[in-house]
Amino acid sequence: MLLLLAVVIGVLYGSAVYLLLRRNIFKLILGLIFLGHATNLLLFVASGLTSGYPAFIRFITGESESMADPLPQALILTAIVIGLGVTAFALVLVYRFYSVTKTVDLDELSENE
Amino acid sequence: MNTGLFITLLLFLSFLAPFTRRYLRGAAGWIYAILPLTGFIYYLGLLPAINDGMVILESYRWIDVYGINFSFYIDGFSILFSLIVLGIGTFILIYAGKYMQTYPMQGRFMAYLILFMASMQGVVVSGNLITMFVFWELTSISSYMLIGYYHEKPEARMAALQALLITGFGGLALLGGFILLGIPYGTYELSAILANPDLIKQSPLYLPALILILIGAFTKSAQFPFHFWLPGAMAAPSPVSAFLHSATMVKAGVFLLARLSPVMGGTELWHVLLTLFGGFTMVAGAWLSITQTDLKRILAYTTVSALGTLVLLIGTGTQYAMNAAIIFLLVHALYKGTLFLMAGNIEKVSGTRDINMLGGLYKSMPVAAIIMTLALVSMAGIPPMLGFIGKELIYESAVFAPTAKYLILIAAFFTNTVLVFLSLRLSLDVFWGDRPQYGKRPYEPYFALLVGPFLLMLGGLLLGLFPKILAEPLTASAITSISPGHDAVGLKLWHGINTALLLSIMTLIAGIMAYKYKVAFIAYSGGVNVRYFAREFAKGFASGMDAFLLYTKNQTKRIQHGYHRYYLMTVFAVASVLVWVMIWRTDPIVLELNFADMPLNLVAVLVLIVAAALSAVVSHSRVIALIAMGVIGFGITIIFIAYSGVDLAITMVMVEVLMVILAVAVLYHLPKYQKYSETGDRMRDGLVAALVGSFMMVLVLQAGTSQLGVPISDFFKETSYTEAFGRNIVNVILVDYRALDTLGEITVIAIAALGIFSMIKLTKKVKS
Repeated sequence: MLLLLAVVIGVLYGSAVYLLLRRNIFKLILGLIFLGHATNLLLFVASGLTSGYPAFIRFITGESESMADPLPQALILTAIVIGLGVTAFALVLVYRFYSVTKTVDLDELSENE
Repeated sequence: MNTGLFITLLLFLSFLAPFTRRYLRGAAGWIYAILPLTGFIYYLGLLPAINDGMVILESYRWIDVYGINFSFYIDGFSILFSLIVLGIGTFILIYAGKYMQTYPMQGRFMAYLILFMASMQGVVVSGNLITMFVFWELTSISSYMLIGYYHEKPEARMAALQALLITGFGGLALLGGFILLGIPYGTYELSAILANPDLIKQSPLYLPALILILIGAFTKSAQFPFHFWLPGAMAAPSPVSAFLHSATMVKAGVFLLARLSPVMGGTELWHVLLTLFGGFTMVAGAWLSITQTDLKRILAYTTVSALGTLVLLIGTGTQYAMNAAIIFLLVHALYKGTLFLMAGNIEKVSGTRDINMLGGLYKSMPVAAIIMTLALVSMAGIPPMLGFIGKELIYESAVFAPTAKYLILIAAFFTNTVLVFLSLRLSLDVFWGDRPQYGKRPYEPYFALLVGPFLLMLGGLLLGLFPKILAEPLTASAITSISPGHDAVGLKLWHGINTALLLSIMTLIAGIMAYKYKVAFIAYSGGVNVRYFAREFAKGFASGMDAFLLYTKNQTKRIQHGYHRYYLMTVFAVASVLVWVMIWRTDPIVLELNFADMPLNLVAVLVLIVAAALSAVVSHSRVIALIAMGVIGFGITIIFIAYSGVDLAITMVMVEVLMVILAVAVLYHLPKYQKYSETGDRMRDGLVAALVGSFMMVLVLQAGTSQLGVPISDFFKETSYTEAFGRNIVNVILVDYRALDTLGEITVIAIAALGIFSMIKLTKKVKS
């Protein structure tokens, strides 16, 4: 399964990079979102895959050994929320950008400086 | 008192000067001069003990790890230099207090001057190479401020910048040289290096260290081909020229060479390089001074020539040469300081510095005329001034030079002839002869403007009259400290009839002849200059700088092009090449393919994610991009659920819904996709993207198959319930163990919300 997940993460990174290199500012934001997803998934996969044992304390002894690692999950959770903040801000910024400049082409922005 | 305290006091005085000048008025120069005078007396008091062989070491901790300390090393050589710096410095402050009285910002000028004095004093007593470098650079910086003092004049700014760039470049080379020199010793302490002088010569680092240190010394001491900044520096006010650009700062390079000559010297290379550059600079400086008409530029070129002489003598390295170097150093400081100050006086009282516009000033300023003439007697090397002893020693060392004896003799003869010629010219053509019309009525300069030149000249006279009693104690230990094993040669005015004396007499005659036919001599020299030195070095330097600026401007335009996607592409391309090289060089990953752990439903989700990502990339439709975004988000949610990330999945669902809604809301206002890029561009971007994606894939496999350390999560698993009373460990970590992080996260969200709110609010205001 690791191999397949690695392929998925690779594809996500690849598409994120491709979108970041576009001139359309909306695609740029899309690339940013993909980059966030890919990174969250990377952290999650790199910390080891455990199916069926969420990091809960149960009162059955000996179970904590096979439990999923809670620390990376805590990190990813923070990352997801911060990612939401950044994306929301970026999206509204794009909206404002367009309403002021009437273009979504980033090259036009640098030419109009 | 000690050296550390003294330098600190000087720096403090420099800091106070701008604030106190206006209250002290005309007395400022006299009052500021008390401190350097105190230092002068202090070091003079140390001289007897130093002459008995004592060396004073002082050290303050600075950066222990690298063996860098604020250390001071005081032997005979440092004392001699300190006396020159502080002795002349005292008079310069008195002189400047009066000379600059009518100028604006005199307090600032005094501050720079004292700052320079502190840094120069620091250079000559440094006991650690890095300390010396710091003070060395401080002299360059204060020199920059002082040359550019008339900052409203473009040529002053230009000259200041030129001096700073050249000495700054040399300073950087010097730092490299010092570091290389310190490597074999494992320390930068001068005392340790001087104690074991041969270590560096056996090291392969000797050659690069030598070259770098020579660049530092040659730029500072205006050796050919770096000589041109010094005449340019004459844009500075006269006290500065007298202090920095004749007596002290330009001697720093000579000081360094002499200081390190026991360590770096003695080799063939040292000998050849120093003799060659020094000798050439000596002749070239003398030659170029002939045609100058500005008093200060004449003096500047003779200073270049004198610096060349000193380098030549240190390079020769024999007993006589080292003696000659020390004596000539002192001689030159005394007469050149006087001459520059007098040049300032002449300009002040007559309104011009052009020698062709001057003449007959003796009647207006007899005292000044006598002082200046006696200093010129020293420059010409005529008894009873100390200059005579200096010149005799130079001839002696040329006669006994181990190599290229005749070449050095001819060079020295020529240089001294020019000095005699210039002495006659500067005295006779300025003070006697026809009296032209002056713009204002010349008058005898004030007492404060004469006391310094007078005492410096008197020093040269007394040292020359009583060499045994006065000059020997002053210089003997300096000579032994820079050439260990050599004793000082006894100094006397009358050496008996020998080669040196005959040469002196011939020099005098040649100089007088040259003066007699001065018109022809100057014209001939000018003709040669036009033919061979038509392009001035300073102009060459300026156009070189312009070309360099143009180059950097174009380069910046090329690198800082302003297209964000090319910046990103550069980062991605470089990163992926580097990572791929690393992957190439590490062992391949061994993977066991186990189809049992690939549940079909999950595989289907993965396929969906991949398909969504690819369609978002290739699609021309914004709606498809939006759908792809949603599919990916929810696909990842399912992966989280499948592998025990329950909290993640819950958060992800909420975030994803919000994100898609937001995206729809924004996209509604945006125009449709347009085609912005060509197929070629897309191929190129695709290649970069594929490179990044593929190395990330390999990295995931690496990370997933290796365990580098024990996870620290066991701690959370054990204590989550017993100490924090929560069973959901992820939640406990977020709200308890890492509560502050979560607070920060909330703050980020709040700030983003504020930003969004204000952006939307702003829109409405503009519309209404």
